[in-house]
Amino acid sequence: MATQEKPVVLDVRHLRTEFGTRERPLVAVDDVSFQVAAGEILGLVGESGSGKSITLRSILGIIRPRGRVAGEILWNGQDLVPLSEAQLRRIRGREIAMIFQEPMSSLNPLLTVGLQISENLVAHTDLDARQRRARAIELLDLVGIPAARNRLDDFPHEFSGGMRQRVMIAIALASNPKLLLADEPTTALDVTIQDQILRLIQSLSRDLGMAVILVTHDMGVVAETCDRVAVMYGGRLCEIGSTADVIGDARHPYSLGLLRSIPRDVAPRTPLYSIPGAPPALNALPPGCAFSARCPVAGRECPDLRPKLEAIGTSRLVACHHLEDAQAHFGPREAAQ
Amino acid sequence: MPSLSYLVARLLQIIPTFLLVMIFIFLLVRLLPGDPAIAMAEAKATDAQLEQIRHNLGLDQPLPVQFLVFVKNTLTGELGRSIMLKAPVTEIILARLPTTIFLALYSVVLAIFLAGPLAFLAASRVNTPVDVAIRGVFQLGLSMPVFYIGLLLLTVLAAQLRWFPVGGYGKTFLANLYHLILPALSVALYTSAIILRNLRASLIEVLDADYVQFARAKGLSPRIIMTRHVLRNALVSTVTLLGLSIGNLMSGTLVTETVFAIPGVGRLMLEAIFARDYPLIQGLTLTFAVLVSVVFLLTDVVQSWLDPRLRQS
Repeated sequence: MATQEKPVVLDVRHLRTEFGTRERPLVAVDDVSFQVAAGEILGLVGESGSGKSITLRSILGIIRPRGRVAGEILWNGQDLVPLSEAQLRRIRGREIAMIFQEPMSSLNPLLTVGLQISENLVAHTDLDARQRRARAIELLDLVGIPAARNRLDDFPHEFSGGMRQRVMIAIALASNPKLLLADEPTTALDVTIQDQILRLIQSLSRDLGMAVILVTHDMGVVAETCDRVAVMYGGRLCEIGSTADVIGDARHPYSLGLLRSIPRDVAPRTPLYSIPGAPPALNALPPGCAFSARCPVAGRECPDLRPKLEAIGTSRLVACHHLEDAQAHFGPREAAQ
Repeated sequence: MPSLSYLVARLLQIIPTFLLVMIFIFLLVRLLPGDPAIAMAEAKATDAQLEQIRHNLGLDQPLPVQFLVFVKNTLTGELGRSIMLKAPVTEIILARLPTTIFLALYSVVLAIFLAGPLAFLAASRVNTPVDVAIRGVFQLGLSMPVFYIGLLLLTVLAAQLRWFPVGGYGKTFLANLYHLILPALSVALYTSAIILRNLRASLIEVLDADYVQFARAKGLSPRIIMTRHVLRNALVSTVTLLGLSIGNLMSGTLVTETVFAIPGVGRLMLEAIFARDYPLIQGLTLTFAVLVSVVFLLTDVVQSWLDPRLRQS
């Protein structure tokens, strides 16, 4: 995507992450390429098991169980894939930070919140104990925790779910990362709290000039928060482009299906659209298009012939053999309502 | 650290435990068949003499009064005289107790040093031959009774190879370490099997926990992740188990001390039971109750130090 004015900080090229034996690998992420510009929020959307989380974890090299990562992950020009654990540790938490889905289980229950922030600062900065304490208060303040000064010695169980997610964000922000990987940060939260956390991430990204990759399965979250969107299915990219393009004028049958399953301007008691079938298991993916088994417009060649990502317009790529059929299939929707 | 109020609250919980133990001991002795006066008196004693002995022992008082006297005597450390050894029970127990405590601590330390590193090794190589071998060997330890392991060690290491003494007790700390290695080891093998199973399982669970992944994503060093995040969380449940098995181990000393001829309170208890030495049995039962309560108290304190969620009283 050459349309961004801002410099690209992360350039993922042909990322492939697989588990299992080399003879019969389970490919969780297959030939995924995307870029993230400074200060940009990229949404990574897909169903459970589509490889979103594994993609994030591959970037930091923290996939478990240990898998094999191939391709290039260029972080400001430096490839992270061949780096050793020790070299990666200087990037993890310092330049690229990550927050997790479950605020309840992602904080160590036995350590105070202050210590969990401070250990990040110990690992990545030269601050002394008093400066670390001041910085921890500043961070809790930044993420909107009331009376931050008095909460440093509290334990995670003394915070509510939304507050714990804020604490996790504070920990992630400790050493001013340039990229935040957010793995479904709002999925486990109440809807009102979800909105607060998304706004917080948005404003932090804007104020700190921090890029964000926001993994979610919620198209509504994407529409509200992201500058660009990448849609994943079966470990592969289906469509990637600006939020306006992908949400407003989706082209891939899978994106179209996802969007159609969101309730919007429909009469009460109208059954919602749902994509037929279930996501394929990793060991049952066809060599061709991963979505072909559930696709309403799939042709005979689709399961065998992998569609390439091709540009449509200036800022969007789509991988599908039957773009016109998809438009025709999903098009009548507006007329029907 | 656990707060003072937690410690006080936990200490107060011991009182009902002791009260129950004392009621139990008191009733047990009085429900047993036979008359202590007859047992203590000479064969040709007259009824008047027996009455005198009963009066001296306070047995002519109503039961509640006897109980209060028993509680008062216990609290002042007055546990009566042993019939078998003809000496004050308190003195006898205090003389034998250090040996048993030493043996218990020795076996616990051995068990921890055996189980800890191996649990780590097994958990970091789940389902590899290393893991399977470690689990197999310890499963064997778990399925053999302690006295059998003891006899096995005695036969091989002491009687045949003559590396270690067959029994007894040393004079200095180092001599004790040497003399007691076989009994400590036979208890430790069993205890470590229990600890290993539990620690391995909780290590595996914790290694996969979200907060450990988060700690990795923070770029912390493996040493800090292991100690501060993995080990500490894995220990919470293992400490409980360790406390329970030390409780078990106390009663295990009865057998071990007999097999290895160690002059501790365990063997004393066995001798007292065979001799129907009621004052001594009472005193020893109380001693075991105190020891086990102290161990459980320590377990709770360590746990609340590890896990802040347990500190709310």
